Amino acid sequence: MSRAQASLAVLGAALVAFPFIAGNYALSVATLILYFAYTGQAWNVMMGFAGQLSLGHALYVGVGAYAAAGLFYHYGLGPWAGLWLAILLCVAMGLIVGFLAFRFGISGVYFALLTIAFAEFTRIGFDHLDWLGGPGGLFLKVAQRDTWDLANFRGPPLMYYYAMLALCFLALLLCSRLLGSKAGYYWQAIREDEEAAQALGINTFRWKMLAVAISSAMTAVSGVFFAFYYNNLFPEQIFHISRSIEIILGPIIGGIGTLFGPILGAALLTLLSDGITDGLAALGWEIPGIKQVFYGVVLLAVIMFLPNGVWPYIAKRLKL
Amino acid sequence: MNVLTVENISKSFRGLKAVSNASFEIPEGTINALIGPNGAGKTTIFNIIAGIFPPDSGSISFGGRPVHGLRPHEICAAGIGRTFQIVKPFAGLTVLENVMVGGFLRESTTEGARAVAMQVLERLQLAPKRDLPASALTLPDRKRLEVARALATRPTLLLLDEVMAGLRPTECDQMVEVFRGLNREGLTILLIEHVMRAVMALARYVGVLHHGEVIARGTPQEIVRNPAVLESYLGEDTEL
Repeated sequence: MSRAQASLAVLGAALVAFPFIAGNYALSVATLILYFAYTGQAWNVMMGFAGQLSLGHALYVGVGAYAAAGLFYHYGLGPWAGLWLAILLCVAMGLIVGFLAFRFGISGVYFALLTIAFAEFTRIGFDHLDWLGGPGGLFLKVAQRDTWDLANFRGPPLMYYYAMLALCFLALLLCSRLLGSKAGYYWQAIREDEEAAQALGINTFRWKMLAVAISSAMTAVSGVFFAFYYNNLFPEQIFHISRSIEIILGPIIGGIGTLFGPILGAALLTLLSDGITDGLAALGWEIPGIKQVFYGVVLLAVIMFLPNGVWPYIAKRLKL
Repeated sequence: MNVLTVENISKSFRGLKAVSNASFEIPEGTINALIGPNGAGKTTIFNIIAGIFPPDSGSISFGGRPVHGLRPHEICAAGIGRTFQIVKPFAGLTVLENVMVGGFLRESTTEGARAVAMQVLERLQLAPKRDLPASALTLPDRKRLEVARALATRPTLLLLDEVMAGLRPTECDQMVEVFRGLNREGLTILLIEHVMRAVMALARYVGVLHHGEVIARGTPQEIVRNPAVLESYLGEDTEL
């Protein structure tokens, strides 16, 4: 076992054991970290691996969440069925965005704008979709907090924590496999120089579409989790661009294109921002928007001092 | 038997004729050079063959099938590898990873692509630098990397766009040896080159482009005595 694998095994064991020593609040923070780590990992497939900047990933979270929540709310179908609908819809949306962009040579900033536009259209669309609650929101019956109902994914915070932990682990495994395979090499080649990639026989359109499909499918699962964890969905919130930004901050700060960047970034951001908010609250200061200011400062600092992200720096230091 | 046949291709950019009615053939197993002054249309012809853009008119056939109008990745898959005059390394990847990207065209496993890449790197004397990021390479090494990546796709025809430019004479001679070796193993080569030292040493046939037209074709010895070529490109007092 290499040093990296050993460290990962220790970290995994610690995370499995964590709920036994943590209180409810710590558990909810940890669940949030895992949620952002997983979603960041999904975004990273598109941007970090294949170099396609999506600033509208809230689209897939939202569509995934509403798909599963809608089935549950109207037909009592649990998220195990909703999951497939969520993935199907999100992949379809992703492929539409990808087709429009890649077929007509829209890239870089213009691609990013297109992803924002789709998230915004969809937000406005859901505002007018009364069947799913419209602007007033969709509410799921709050879970029984003491029994594990896995079929309907209702249960105590512990269940959500372990679900998210399992998802993070699976995503890490999947991404590491992808990165070491033909797909990973091809995506990185496209990210670095698309023309050179084509000259080496890479059908860049097809491989970019694959990256979008995988990324949106993974993000759809985030959405399903979100719906059943928070139990309320509002178009104005879930599709909002600030949600998209929140998703990508972790990987940017942790290290775009790396496997552990999204995980480390999510942990750093969530812990520090919650720490600051709580610290200030304890001092009796309630400063609205302090979290956003904090995000901005951290982002600036990382871009200035560690432009590749925190993880590559740490990995080098730890010789992993 | 001709590997590549270019027939009457023309290409204009905003009314400016870059290539006009160019025709030539590349016989199987030969090394061929395309020379001419700057702006003569050499790179445009390369880009047309490589599928960057289609010709306005004319046809290109490769191994007996028409390939004009195919896209760059299809051209590569058909067996035409190319290098870029302005090198395009995948800067964030290592030297080995760069070449592995090419290797994946005919190998689906990572191990297979790595084996192909290592073979090619040995050949181009880049193996000791395989774990360096491509961005750390010097220009001569970047030129070698361009060639290595293209070779890893296992082409039957290799298009080389000024790979000798910027190399010192000894480095240039090394490259010449590499291409000779590859050619002996059956690789057909078409090179665009300004370095006449390399052209004279390598090419069996030379075509001369001037203002987008092929003004002369023949062996290097015939070309350097051709009055039209001397006037338009090489100059009266060229020493070779």
